[in-house]
Amino acid sequence: MTISTDFGVWIAALLTLCVFSFLYKDNPLYKFAEHLFVGVSAGYYIALNYWTVVDQYLVIPLRAAFDGSQAGGPFQAQMQDYRGWLIVPAVLGVLLFTRLFTRLSWMSRWSLAVVMGVFAGLKTTGFAQGDLVAQVQASLVPLWIPGDLWGSLNAILFTVGLVTSLLFFFYSREHKGVLGGVSRVGVWFLMISFGAGYGYTVMSRISLLIGRFQFLLVDWLHVR
Amino acid sequence: MKREIPLFLTAVIGAIVLAGFFVPHPYVSVPADYLQRCAVIVVAFGYALGGANLVQVNLEGILRRHPDWPYKLVLLAGMGVTLVFGLFVDRAKFQDPGTVSLWIYDHVYVPMNSTMFALLALFIASAAFRAFRVRSAEAALLAVSALVVMIGRVPLGDAVMAGVFDHPGLPEWMRHLRLEPLQQWIMDWPQNAAKRAILIGAAMGVMATGLRVILGIERSYLGGSD
Repeated sequence: MTISTDFGVWIAALLTLCVFSFLYKDNPLYKFAEHLFVGVSAGYYIALNYWTVVDQYLVIPLRAAFDGSQAGGPFQAQMQDYRGWLIVPAVLGVLLFTRLFTRLSWMSRWSLAVVMGVFAGLKTTGFAQGDLVAQVQASLVPLWIPGDLWGSLNAILFTVGLVTSLLFFFYSREHKGVLGGVSRVGVWFLMISFGAGYGYTVMSRISLLIGRFQFLLVDWLHVR
Repeated sequence: MKREIPLFLTAVIGAIVLAGFFVPHPYVSVPADYLQRCAVIVVAFGYALGGANLVQVNLEGILRRHPDWPYKLVLLAGMGVTLVFGLFVDRAKFQDPGTVSLWIYDHVYVPMNSTMFALLALFIASAAFRAFRVRSAEAALLAVSALVVMIGRVPLGDAVMAGVFDHPGLPEWMRHLRLEPLQQWIMDWPQNAAKRAILIGAAMGVMATGLRVILGIERSYLGGSD
């Protein structure tokens, strides 16, 4: 058995063991790995956003707008080409940092207002089109499929589950009488769904756990 | 005016972006697209603000010698090194093969990220074992579906039950009771029905919240009272 001689593999393996040490109890090795993880994650996402968003959509277009190379001047905007008008999001981005200063923090609301307005408008139509209509459309299945009794039973079960689960979320009337009975059936379906979701989540985490052990045993310790 | 101007901005911008979906004319679609670009850029600045806040909070802890101050130093050092290599040393070739930024991502970020999530497997399971008790029909449904999905998704679990349900003396339809097809049936039908109901409800909730934000009814994002 030969252990890996790759410095990167050693660092990854030791950090993996530091995180796993939490299974015993909270300890300095875990705290070290935890804080390092937070710091590296923050640095990584800041750099990623700088190069994929700020540089690409703000710095490069702004530089091009004011170096005199583009016909029509720096403020001739058209679809996807906003030139000098990109100064506005740059100023709004800088205004966000006023949150760090108590007396000026109210100014960051202007930037937040732009983000909230855009995402409120986008999500209102986006969820209507992508989730509500698409999910309703996909749920309108034929209840009777000639020659396929099993398929028909499943379709009926699905429709009953969908309608009763939706009725469980109808809180404008007290869940009594018929609505109470129907919403109880909805709860059964929701419980099955939560249980399946729980099992699915545990299994996906277990596959990550297996991946980490494979890394330690195969990539680091070269056990084959 | 500290609250009124942002509320007015949100309403106007939200209305323009909303109109951009329905009106394909450039007078509407170009401003709507421009505003989306602005929001994406401001959100990217938000990551830097988060970093600045992290520095502010942890630096204060270090200077005041809080009990965990050496770990705060580790945090800032990790962030600093990643930023220096990500923004300056690997300038314009961030995450390219052979760069230090990619090395940090592959050998520091990814192993710790997946190990943190792998740890959750054990904590979710142990928390459920300690807190969950089957005291009603609903709880039993949840426990049974969770067990079927967990055991049915691993080859060993399915193989154990296959020995029972694949017995030649049993009728053909009983093969559907093997754990692998049973867990797939749960995922495809009852689970899918409830999940769709939740998604439809959530979509309606998002739409309602979006309209509340645009109309100025929802103001919690403005924070404080002044």
